[in-house]
Amino acid sequence: MSTATRETVAGRVGDSAVRPDAALKVRGEFAYSSDLFADDMLWGATLRSPHPHARIRSIDVTAALTLPGVYAALTHADVPGENRYGLDHRDQPVLAEDVVRYQGEPVAVVAADHPETARRALDRIAVDYQVLDPVVDAELAMAEGAPVLHPECPGGNVLRHVRIRRGDPEATAEVVVTGEYRVGMQDQAFLGPESGLAVPAEDGGVDLHVATQWLHVDQSQVAHALGLPPEKVRLTLAGVGGAFGAREDLSMQVHACLLALRTRRPVKMVYGREESFFGHVHRHPALLRYEHGADRHGRLVSVRAEIVLDGGAYASSTPAVVANAATLGIGPYQVPNVRMDCWGVYTNNPPCGAMRGFGAVQACFAYESQMDKLAERLGMDPVELRIRNAMREGSTMPTGQVVDSAAPVAELLRRVRDKPLPPPADPTDPRDLPGGVANTTRGDGVVRGVGYGVGIKNVAFSEGFDDYSTARVRLEVLGGEPVVSVHTAAVEVGQGLVTVQQQIARTELGIARVTVLPADTGVGSAGSSSASRQSYVTGGAVKAACERVRDTLCALAATRLGREVGLVDGKLVTADGAVAASIADVLGDEVIERTVEWRHRPTFPLDPLTGQGNAHTQYAFAAHRAVVDVDVELGLVKVVELACAQDVGRAINPQAVLGQIHGGSAQGLGLAVMEEIQVVDGTVRNPSFTDYLIPTIVDMPPMVVDVLELADPHAPYGLRGVGEPPTISSTPAIVAAIRAATGRALTRVPVRPDDIALAGSASRPVPSRPEVPCD
Amino acid sequence: MRVNVEVNGEQRTEDNVWEGESLLSLLRDRLGLPGAKNACEQGECGSCTVYLDGVPVCACLVAAGQAEGRSVRTVEGLADGDALHPVQQAFVEAGAVQCGFCTPGLLVATHDLLSRVSHPSDGEIREALAGNLCRCTGYEHILDAVRLAATRGGGRRDQEWRSPDRAGRPGAGAPRDTGDPECER
Ligand code: FES
Ligand code: FES
Repeated sequence: MSTATRETVAGRVGDSAVRPDAALKVRGEFAYSSDLFADDMLWGATLRSPHPHARIRSIDVTAALTLPGVYAALTHADVPGENRYGLDHRDQPVLAEDVVRYQGEPVAVVAADHPETARRALDRIAVDYQVLDPVVDAELAMAEGAPVLHPECPGGNVLRHVRIRRGDPEATAEVVVTGEYRVGMQDQAFLGPESGLAVPAEDGGVDLHVATQWLHVDQSQVAHALGLPPEKVRLTLAGVGGAFGAREDLSMQVHACLLALRTRRPVKMVYGREESFFGHVHRHPALLRYEHGADRHGRLVSVRAEIVLDGGAYASSTPAVVANAATLGIGPYQVPNVRMDCWGVYTNNPPCGAMRGFGAVQACFAYESQMDKLAERLGMDPVELRIRNAMREGSTMPTGQVVDSAAPVAELLRRVRDKPLPPPADPTDPRDLPGGVANTTRGDGVVRGVGYGVGIKNVAFSEGFDDYSTARVRLEVLGGEPVVSVHTAAVEVGQGLVTVQQQIARTELGIARVTVLPADTGVGSAGSSSASRQSYVTGGAVKAACERVRDTLCALAATRLGREVGLVDGKLVTADGAVAASIADVLGDEVIERTVEWRHRPTFPLDPLTGQGNAHTQYAFAAHRAVVDVDVELGLVKVVELACAQDVGRAINPQAVLGQIHGGSAQGLGLAVMEEIQVVDGTVRNPSFTDYLIPTIVDMPPMVVDVLELADPHAPYGLRGVGEPPTISSTPAIVAAIRAATGRALTRVPVRPDDIALAGSASRPVPSRPEVPCD
Repeated sequence: MRVNVEVNGEQRTEDNVWEGESLLSLLRDRLGLPGAKNACEQGECGSCTVYLDGVPVCACLVAAGQAEGRSVRTVEGLADGDALHPVQQAFVEAGAVQCGFCTPGLLVATHDLLSRVSHPSDGEIREALAGNLCRCTGYEHILDAVRLAATRGGGRRDQEWRSPDRAGRPGAGAPRDTGDPECER
């Protein structure tokens, strides 16, 4: 019997393990999709429509092809499979045929030996457009007689309508507040632009190295458009520079493959920042009308709401976003009577789809604004009102679904409320003042405000979707040491999923050396890195595969040792706790490999008439308190501090959990005070980081964070999805704080300086509108 | 055109460079140094920050030809062989790296900050890094990383690195009070 001592390996579940890719990333050696190179490589480029709505009479690529250095110029006529793709249904052409439906829609692609040659070739492609009036207002698009943008859509321009009816939808209440709210179009603004490298293969297929969120859904869409069987379209994940939903839809994937197959040379495509604004879907702009009814003690009696989401030119994931906005649309509150209608609509605006928070963000801004309005009407403290109505474990959603794990909404609110408030700003340090060093605030006219927000999000895919992940775990002995490799197709977008997979394998097998193999389509689908689902679903798959490996190892050891053993801290141990053998002794040069497909509890569709159904598998909650200083005369806002409390079930990696909460809160801050794609008549006016502002380190305040770990018994390790909730509640908290400081109604995000400085004061001279709201 | 440039201590010569190319494309697409990133090509994000003669610049705003005869240090030149620079090590430990696309630029900017101000206040850190966008982290762990690197003397080591061969060059070794002169924002 071996006398080796048992030692718990570091970097297990619950530890703040260092990411395995961190060293490469700080050395500048991590290969992002835009860093890839191949010998003999060509550069691809895309010609896009300048018009939001136009008929294409003709496309002539001849002049592009005569330019030296140009190897291909392709149009829809060169798409060998069906010229259609799309996440929910295939309504989007790979390259436009007879009509373009949004500004920036791809019309042709070229490949050339230098990026500048490719750009010049695009200038030589002649497209004859007949410009049409764009449909740019989502409400008008729903009206009778509006031009129908997708004749095959049965609902006209209405892509989806979700109705929810609960209790008595016509219930009356003592106190009623109504409001109409708007949310502007937000961009994910990941830093690493859309890019990838397609390499033609000997077998007539193609190998695509790309930054995406879901390899297999890309694979099936690319193969469909190329007219190839899926196994001839092999995808490998290249380094991803952030995603936030924007990589769930295809961008350059099919284009690069088309060019590579045509030229028989590797083709790289990289979008610049401007092109990136046209190259992916955005957060749906929304119009939200709410009526909240309560008794005089502040108990909610009813919520009636109508939400219109502008889906833009193509479906993308709009149907699922509509369901989220509707089912989560009254917030984390107990409301007996609900009437909710939510529509997703086609227009000629930029297509909208997934962005962190996915429908819950827009609704939360509206329902939390309503809660503040109701508190004011009742003369109640806004936190007290929320706590009085807070959902808890066992509460029923407006869909009839019972929340069957922790829902500590009241506790989250209490925690952020009870944090000490930050000290007043130092008026002598301009860095602390609204506008910062570059601006003009002197400290007079600066008013402090405090506001709160709490939100709810579903985790993982919903409404009966077969949501699973696949993990292959291999155990072998190398150099006398047991080594584990984990292979999944799950996409690391920066969130730390590679670390989570390592931590789970170390925990389950007690082995220190765990390698996470590159994600590719050589293993089954992992589903999307979205909906805060990967730690849950791929985490669950890795855990289950490790358990199979462990069972196999223990069975093998029992045969070899002639007695029952278990695996504890990487050693084979008898029932009395004595170490019977090492893994190396038992395994020798055998290899144990197990592949598991793992599913979360099933979900179910919503009833089309009443919206009833157990549509979601897990709910997640976060609350924020925001403290702001506002120069009420100049309309400048400085967010002074954000406090956040979130329940994560179990923090698999506490440091990474905090990183998600910080980063998510920052994106919510962006939506509150600065981020908006300005679309005028279907045309994007600010496709650059000069004009589309995201928070800098100066805009982002210090954060105080409480992480609760109330285990969900249905989830692996009790964990709860982390990524999205903090993006949802920070926006309304910040806007509430600005309202508190200014007394303005502020029914629209992002809040602009004139909303603060000018609203209701028409007599004041109107200064020219600053481009930069808060920088 | 031909460009001669010293990169991370090595003399490099590149022919047939197109006049319109930036220092960033020269490094990334021709010299095999993709560490500096292109996230905007407008001087807005700082992902492309490198040292040019010891001064941090946005490489996307510098024409390749402007680097002729000058010396460039990129993120790939921060580590000492296998040993990470204390600033790099601090970013790893503090969890300041998520997707990491902003990281190369932030490392160079932090490296520069600590060489000028060995123990910056939070306000000074925020001001110095205001030209470097990060979309993932919300900056909290980046601040932690800079504080950690400062306590470990990340700046001192940098000055030692700079002084021998940079002496006498403009901007070298001596503390400066400017931010990134060629970066907007
Ligand atoms: S790439 Fe953004 S500043 Fe240079
Ligand atoms: S870590 Fe992703 S942009 Fe900073």
